[in-house]
Amino acid sequence: MEQMNSQDASVTEPMLKVEGISKRFGGVQALQDVDLQVDTGEHVALVGDNGAGKSTLVKILTGAEHADDGSFWFAGEERHFRSPLEARRHGIETVYQTLALADHLDVVANLFLGRERYLLRLGPFSVLNRAAMKTEARALLERTGVQIPDLGAMIMGMSGGQRQGVAIARAAGWGSKMIVLDEPTAALGVQETAKVEEIIHTLKDQGVTVLMVSHNLRQVFDLVDTIWVLRHGRMVGARKAAEVRPQEIVSMITGADDASGLEFA
Amino acid sequence: MSSSAGRPDGRTGDFGKQPGAAAVGGPWGLVRRRLADVISQVAALGALLVIFVLLSLLSPNFLTYNNLSEVVVEAAVTAIIAIGMTLVIVTAGIDLSVGGIAALAGVLGAMLMVDAHLSWPLATVVGVLIGGAAGLVNGGLVGWVKLAPFIATLGMMGVARGLTFVSTGAVAVYGLPVGFNVLGQGYAGPIPIPAICLIGVIVIFGFIFTRTKLGRYSYAIGSNHEAARLMGIPASRYLVLVYVLQGLLAGFGGMIAASRVSSGQPNFGVGLELDAIAAAVIGGASLFGGQGTVSGAIIGAFLIQFIRNGSVLLNVNIYWQDVIIGLVVWIAVSWDQFRRQRITERAHVT
Repeated sequence: MEQMNSQDASVTEPMLKVEGISKRFGGVQALQDVDLQVDTGEHVALVGDNGAGKSTLVKILTGAEHADDGSFWFAGEERHFRSPLEARRHGIETVYQTLALADHLDVVANLFLGRERYLLRLGPFSVLNRAAMKTEARALLERTGVQIPDLGAMIMGMSGGQRQGVAIARAAGWGSKMIVLDEPTAALGVQETAKVEEIIHTLKDQGVTVLMVSHNLRQVFDLVDTIWVLRHGRMVGARKAAEVRPQEIVSMITGADDASGLEFA
Repeated sequence: MSSSAGRPDGRTGDFGKQPGAAAVGGPWGLVRRRLADVISQVAALGALLVIFVLLSLLSPNFLTYNNLSEVVVEAAVTAIIAIGMTLVIVTAGIDLSVGGIAALAGVLGAMLMVDAHLSWPLATVVGVLIGGAAGLVNGGLVGWVKLAPFIATLGMMGVARGLTFVSTGAVAVYGLPVGFNVLGQGYAGPIPIPAICLIGVIVIFGFIFTRTKLGRYSYAIGSNHEAARLMGIPASRYLVLVYVLQGLLAGFGGMIAASRVSSGQPNFGVGLELDAIAAAVIGGASLFGGQGTVSGAIIGAFLIQFIRNGSVLLNVNIYWQDVIIGLVVWIAVSWDQFRRQRITERAHVT
């Protein structure tokens, strides 16, 4: 709960502010006039049924899709990301469901993929600074609470939870301003899920802003400050996780029992 | 080669000495996992040593200086090209045009010396660069036009071989300057010059594979092209560069081969791509990408050369050589698949 107070101080400028985003695919209105706000240091979950528009919204925010209408501000600036790379350059790191790890490279190489440290810069023949990367990797994993016994081991032989840990640690490094997690535990077992949730908790303690897409309501209530609910492409509302009962979120998602939702609003 | 051979060897030795270390846990598991990384090479190296010992016992002529230096010289061209092939295979590609490119570089380099009276060192450099230019076309087709590497280089295989015949009228180019012979036939003390060329390529490419941005990105592109792209790696540009390097090595191999026979032979290198691919694969490179080492390519190239040399020494019908090499490729790849299954299964257990 102390976290909540620290947030109030920074409430003046949200990390992400989305206004009136709309997106149409052919005859399908995927998103209609959607608003969203993520404060600095806040952990936010985006929930909704399949086809509610979660993925589309996340893709627009991370540069993989473009909105037909509406705009968003990130870190105080209005942005129109043309590619995931551009979003990354401005501080939005995405952990994809596929994780985007190179199986044949070791943990250190994956953490630094595309952002290697060099001893000597000679274009494509630049000489890697392997010692520096190993040291930094160890510090990064420690900071994010990701436990990997052997930094020199290939990703190929690792469990799903370890892979997810590496992908999250990579996103958390590099001075990113916000991390987008797309179904971070969808493919994991119970124990692995617990480990990954611990890592997300650690990010909270360090003030890293997180926007997470999840189907798992138990997890959402455990991990985030605010829950935003999408239904049929419209943002139905936002609730503080500490002040709302799961039943209300469920009815917001399904639209089955709007009356019971209003009682708590 | 001795350094790459010594490493896995030394590890096996450590295992024998401290069986008690298994109980301690941590370091044992780590060593075991690292060993799994090199185990396909260990297997190939083991096969290489077995063949070496067998041939030493079976043929009195095998373990002689003359024969071994002949083996090294014969293996050098294949090994140099196998190193480039391994880099291409690491990116999940393949290059079928190396034989054609080597022949084209060899005859054009030879014609520059004979017809244009270029000095042989300059003509050699130009020959290598011709290989690089052919590689650039391959790379452009793969990286920019997005053709499958198999198709792009299959086309180049025909184009390069055809140009070789067109430019020579299918007649070998003779009358090369005597000085040029040193590249393929010369010795520095007891060491043949092609062996020195091979060592140079091993050092340079060993460095490129393991220590440079290019090496790291090649593995990343071959392992997970989409991930490499998402992480901001300009995959197309690096693919072009990889095929250019392979072209340069093929051109270099072609010039060494031309020097060995003091002529530009338009028929040189037919089937060379298969030996280079076989060498890379025997040495642990995976055609699915992300896997392969310089030391593996060297082991593979020498294994193939030992088989060829041994067949000659033991009077085995020459056509059996290719049968044996084919069998070795099957065994090497099956072993590699078996090993990879084990790694994946272990990951699911833990």
